[in-house]
Amino acid sequence: MNIANFIFYLLAALLVISSLLVVFLRNVVHCAMALVTSLLLIAVLFVTLQAPMVGVLQVMVYAGAIMVLFLFVIMFLNPNALEPQRGGVWWGFATFLSLMLGGALIAFFTQEESAADPVAATELFGSPETLAKSLFSDFVLPFEIASVLLLVAIIGAVVLAKREH
Amino acid sequence: MVPLNYYLILSAVVFAIGVIGVLIRRNLIVVLMSIELMLNAVNLTFIAFSRYLGSTDGQVAVFFVMAVAAAEAVIGLAIIISAFRHHQSLDPQEMQSLKW
Amino acid sequence: MIVDFAIILIKAALVLGMVLNLAGILGWIERKGSALIQDRIGANRASIFGFAGMGLVNTLIADPLKFLTKEDFIPPAGDKFLHTLAPCMALFPALVTFAVIPFGDVLNWGDRAINLQVANLNIGVLYVFAMGSLGVYGIVIGAWASNNKFSLLGGVRGSAQMISYEIAMGLSVIGVLMVYGTLELQDIARGQGALIGELLPAWLSFLQPFVGWLPAWGIFLQPLAFLLFFTSAVAETKRIPFDLPEGESELVAGYHVEYSGGKFLMFFAGEFAEIVTAAGLVTALFFGGWQVPYLLRDGFHFPWGGALALPHLAVVLLQVGAFTLKVVFFCWLQILLRWSVPRFRYDQVMRLGWKMLLPLALLNVVVTAIWVVAAQ
Repeated sequence: MNIANFIFYLLAALLVISSLLVVFLRNVVHCAMALVTSLLLIAVLFVTLQAPMVGVLQVMVYAGAIMVLFLFVIMFLNPNALEPQRGGVWWGFATFLSLMLGGALIAFFTQEESAADPVAATELFGSPETLAKSLFSDFVLPFEIASVLLLVAIIGAVVLAKREH
Repeated sequence: MVPLNYYLILSAVVFAIGVIGVLIRRNLIVVLMSIELMLNAVNLTFIAFSRYLGSTDGQVAVFFVMAVAAAEAVIGLAIIISAFRHHQSLDPQEMQSLKW
Repeated sequence: MIVDFAIILIKAALVLGMVLNLAGILGWIERKGSALIQDRIGANRASIFGFAGMGLVNTLIADPLKFLTKEDFIPPAGDKFLHTLAPCMALFPALVTFAVIPFGDVLNWGDRAINLQVANLNIGVLYVFAMGSLGVYGIVIGAWASNNKFSLLGGVRGSAQMISYEIAMGLSVIGVLMVYGTLELQDIARGQGALIGELLPAWLSFLQPFVGWLPAWGIFLQPLAFLLFFTSAVAETKRIPFDLPEGESELVAGYHVEYSGGKFLMFFAGEFAEIVTAAGLVTALFFGGWQVPYLLRDGFHFPWGGALALPHLAVVLLQVGAFTLKVVFFCWLQILLRWSVPRFRYDQVMRLGWKMLLPLALLNVVVTAIWVVAAQ
């Protein structure tokens, strides 16, 4: 087993563990920190998959901004009381359904042999230049629409969270 | 290099864990965090395919998924704050009926 | 293969050692420097048999011993795990960011060309901003885990300030990236070795005798960006004049009020390591990094025609020495700034970040873009 495979197995195990922690911990702040860990692990996986630009964006945007916003809201709302019995009557059924979904996906993915060796990557594969060329030539319309979407989200959030006087 | 299947299985597992979180947790913020977990599992699938097929379109797709996820998290949290002010609780079970 | 690995480890150890040692020495310089500015003597009690070793006894022995032997408590109603985790999260980004800052050109050892930079990432500067955005967690978690209203107030203020100034910092660097045309810090440092005379377009060649002999450092090509970046970097490190999150006279040490002993040492060392990192970034982006003016790989080449050949090792030592000197200069400048300027009020801090620095940074980007297109 060479180094690359070992790193993948290690990252995969840690990712599954921290995802389970996100879902099953009682304290909300601990859940948020487990999610930050998951996001950082996924960013490392991106880098091993020859996508350094997307990996660093994941750290900057997801782990560095969105999760900080989550933590702000958690501290602001300050939920002291522990939540009541988890999920109520239906939690067993819900877990069973999700496991069925996961199992179906896994069965689907192990059906056929995938190409063991990926296409050889050039030096510039996941670099900022390649991504930028793609973004500003083929995908310029979605890019502009995404910026309008973010503007709409900012305005909407400010309006929604305002205190009624 | 591990085969592509392993990455897909990993994201399927993380996705299923996210679905469990959405269905069984009774705290709106944790539900939103599980949705983010599902989005990240999908991102991982995109990047894995992008690598194995040699096309950067997957990375561009992830770029847009991240932008949309940021917008969605912001609006979702604003809605949660609004709902908390009204119901004084973060339990989705208590927000079952609209005002009539 | 093993030798490559060993070289990376040695470079990482060197950089880590430099940052941590400089952080410790800066603590001493801060005390003595503030004493000089305030016309007093400063700390002079620590000595062994009357030998104070110019502050080394204090810095290396007395201060660390003082911190490490203090009682290490966790507030009873606070969150045990997060209280211990927060100082680590505050220290980590400050140390790790230095991995992409180049401290020299290539070192030819045998038949290897060793790039004097710990990690030459193709995303370069973006890595710095990613690590900077992770630095917010130390404050947020530290404030939350202390279960103390002063702490929470300091933490919320601090994280809001850090997030606001990250934006101005990122935008102010875009001008520099456009001028040098690359994200990699080593290439930016190398690009600053050219003379401005070589970069002037044809219709500006009348300026050749006035500015053509200057090296193409970032400070000459992007002065506004330097001011914006330096201000934002000082705001990110939460030093005076932006230190309301700590607010010594207002908030009782703000977000690290419930920390003592080794954990406070980590916060403290993290803050000084951030000073070193900010200084390192400013030199790499705006002051030529390791460049000595007119020094090329084989010796000096003066623009008035003279030349001086130097052996390779002397060139490398000169360049690494120049880098260290510049970093120390900017650390000293930040300490001087701390003891000369009063503290901003919180609303003034927010107004500066959003209403003044952000529009100026955008203006800088637009003007630089027009210039880059016009100069082709």
